[in-house]
Amino acid sequence: MEPACGPDDESAEWLRVLDRGAADHDIGLTRLHERLVRIARAELHRRPTSVSGPELDDLAHQAAADAMLAILAKLATFRGESRFTTWAYRFVVLEVSHKLGRHYWRTAPRPLDEEQWDALPDRLGVDPHDQAEARQLAEQVRAAVDENLTEHQRAVFVALVLEGVPLDALCARDGTSRGAVYKTVFDARRQIRAALVANGYLESSLEKEVRS
Amino acid sequence: MNAPERLARFLETDPHDVGCDEALAVLHVYVELAARDGQSAAERFPGVMVHLAACAPCGEDYAGLLAAVSDDG
Repeated sequence: MEPACGPDDESAEWLRVLDRGAADHDIGLTRLHERLVRIARAELHRRPTSVSGPELDDLAHQAAADAMLAILAKLATFRGESRFTTWAYRFVVLEVSHKLGRHYWRTAPRPLDEEQWDALPDRLGVDPHDQAEARQLAEQVRAAVDENLTEHQRAVFVALVLEGVPLDALCARDGTSRGAVYKTVFDARRQIRAALVANGYLESSLEKEVRS
Repeated sequence: MNAPERLARFLETDPHDVGCDEALAVLHVYVELAARDGQSAAERFPGVMVHLAACAPCGEDYAGLLAAVSDDG
């Protein structure tokens, strides 16, 4: 972590104007809000999403408004490790992710009745012409999932990997944090890999090192 | 790359990966370093670099914040 060494001049000016006692406090709030809306719009345009037009503008304003509240609530925690604007933009970028995660379910495809294990090789980029290899891969992973993962791990793995649900959308649906879902998948991947190394389908890291 | 190799790559996990919470907590510092010199950001926060490469949503946030900072000049 960067040692706190006091904010640069521009950041200090932001802190001054955002102080409730500043004579030009309202002007500061307006300036910051305008910046956050601009960043949110740009971020929504940058991401591969189907949101556009008035809906995009609405999401940008929502993200900016929520980021503004978070920034003002956490202003005292700004330590000058970066420019104030970089610190503040982080809030609005994260809000955009959060809003898109929730927005996903408005147009999400209907969940399938059965788990689509046949889709796994395609998701991993396996050559579709090699059907025998693809089928074997799907069978191996399914068996490793069935035998090694908890119900929760399995549900998260199926949603993210087989159904292609974005991680932030899963967080929004289940009311959980990105960190918690990532950790679940991280552990699941490790366990599946260990099982497939143990049964000989995959090489261990040591074998791979020796071979190369 | 054959099917098992693709699967192995997909299942790869790096023990140095710091996870989402730690990476997002320093994202503003990491982005400013990266905007100046990507190598120094990676050297200073190696576990964050690993995470941003492995976690698609955090990687997207990183790219977004970097773009915002770059647009600001």
